Amino acid sequence: MDIINVKDLVMKFGDFTANDHLTFSVKKGEIFGFLGANGAGKTTAMKILCGLLKPSSGCVVVAGYNVASHPEKVKRNIGYMSQKFSLNDDLTVAENILVYGAIYGLSRAEIARRTEAVLEKLELTQMRRRLVRTLSLGWKQKLAFSVATIHRPSVVFLDEPTSGVDPVTRRRFWELIYEAAENGITVFVSTHYMDEAEYCDRISIMNRGQIIALDRPRQLKQVHGAESMNELFILLAR
Amino acid sequence: MIRIANVCKSFGAVQALNDVSFEVKENELFGLIGPDGAGKSTLFRILISLMTPDSGTVALWGLDAVRDYKAVRKIIGYMPGKFSLYEDLTVEENLQFFASVFGVTVEENYHLIEEVYSHIAPFRKRPAGKLSGGMKQKLALSCALIHKPRLLALDEPTTGVDAVSRKEFWENLGAIRQAGVTTIVATPYMDEAALCDRIAFINKGRILSIDTPQNIVERTTQRIFAIRAANMRTLPALCRSLPEAIAAYSFGDSVHLAVNSHHTEADGIRQQLTRLSCEKITVEPIAPTIEDCFIITAKN
Repeated sequence: MDIINVKDLVMKFGDFTANDHLTFSVKKGEIFGFLGANGAGKTTAMKILCGLLKPSSGCVVVAGYNVASHPEKVKRNIGYMSQKFSLNDDLTVAENILVYGAIYGLSRAEIARRTEAVLEKLELTQMRRRLVRTLSLGWKQKLAFSVATIHRPSVVFLDEPTSGVDPVTRRRFWELIYEAAENGITVFVSTHYMDEAEYCDRISIMNRGQIIALDRPRQLKQVHGAESMNELFILLAR
Repeated sequence: MIRIANVCKSFGAVQALNDVSFEVKENELFGLIGPDGAGKSTLFRILISLMTPDSGTVALWGLDAVRDYKAVRKIIGYMPGKFSLYEDLTVEENLQFFASVFGVTVEENYHLIEEVYSHIAPFRKRPAGKLSGGMKQKLALSCALIHKPRLLALDEPTTGVDAVSRKEFWENLGAIRQAGVTTIVATPYMDEAALCDRIAFINKGRILSIDTPQNIVERTTQRIFAIRAANMRTLPALCRSLPEAIAAYSFGDSVHLAVNSHHTEADGIRQQLTRLSCEKITVEPIAPTIEDCFIITAKN
């Protein structure tokens, strides 16, 4: 079953075509890597998929709803973790969870229950009253991911979630991604770390508004005769 | 050259730097590698005189970073982790501003930045705030270099930058070194660490090791195996459960297992994993990379 279905998506800003006839689909429970050079049009496409931008033309269906006609329904059924932190630095850990639970329309009792579950899983129970600004980058990222999935969405969009993160912390973060996928949450993730591209079920590579490659990482390397994802990316995107 | 001796710095109860000492040689490309919160940015700020240490000294070509801070600032080019140019000024205006602050003209040092700046020159009339990530980074590097500093200090210059632009950026760093500029760079990318002349691993405010990338890799006492199996997602945890495992972690299209014992052989690992019901197992001994060394060091 497709949880994301994109057909002929075009997005223009004046004369500039940011997304040029994108067509692809993502299956339920899949980890889909969305790669491309800076300025290739990834963030624009992600915003459209999240119902934040209306496409110029084309048909985009996410979690069963058309993003152009039912953006609010789409937003209820997805989670989104932006490049810049989606957390409020001046609120405590528990307050941040409360804010997201409330935004996604969970009841007080449900929020309380899920708050305990999140704190326990992240081993943050002792730190529930700490301001988020005092947390390390690794904790913030894990918390941001947890609040983006607090309402158990069918798909979560992660825009460069591990940017600037060291090798150990990045891998811990990916274990959260795996776990979400095991629980049936579809993960749509962009990254500049090419080893992370290998952890995806399938990846697409964008260049100048178009998808120039889409397949399983191993197949792509084979077809293009590349040793590593880094080599493949430089070959295709340069 | 740069001599950092016994530098300590605390913020309240947090000791950000704990007796840090090392030297950077003339014309060296020196990498500072460590997890988030290790103390890299604090060290950068002390090095470039923006912060004073609680104790210890920093000397740059004989100048003391605290006493001679005015002279120090003239010989340093600094690119902070966060984009810090004037977003309302155009590309060209930013460059001219930095040149004039340091009392030089863009023309006299243009040869130093030509390779980098030529990529953004077509957008010279555009406000810096409207540039893409890769272009902002090229402008920031141009502005940090325009006064021909003796030391270029780069705090995570390629974070959020795509693989192609990162490659170009490091090609530029090579050329800048040819021009005689000493460079200290912090990075979370281990492939970049491998391109430095020497690197320092820093964790919890302490320097754990300093050496050339080649020596760090060669001196690793652990053996690394690259392992693949039908279910890659459960494999790291299974490998971690092996008695000889020091660390096991996803690494591109395989899982890397680090073991201490030189007696451990690929066959033994394969048999153990088969008993844990893994299928289609391949186990291959490999040479460690800098990233392996980092993960093992951070673990210890």
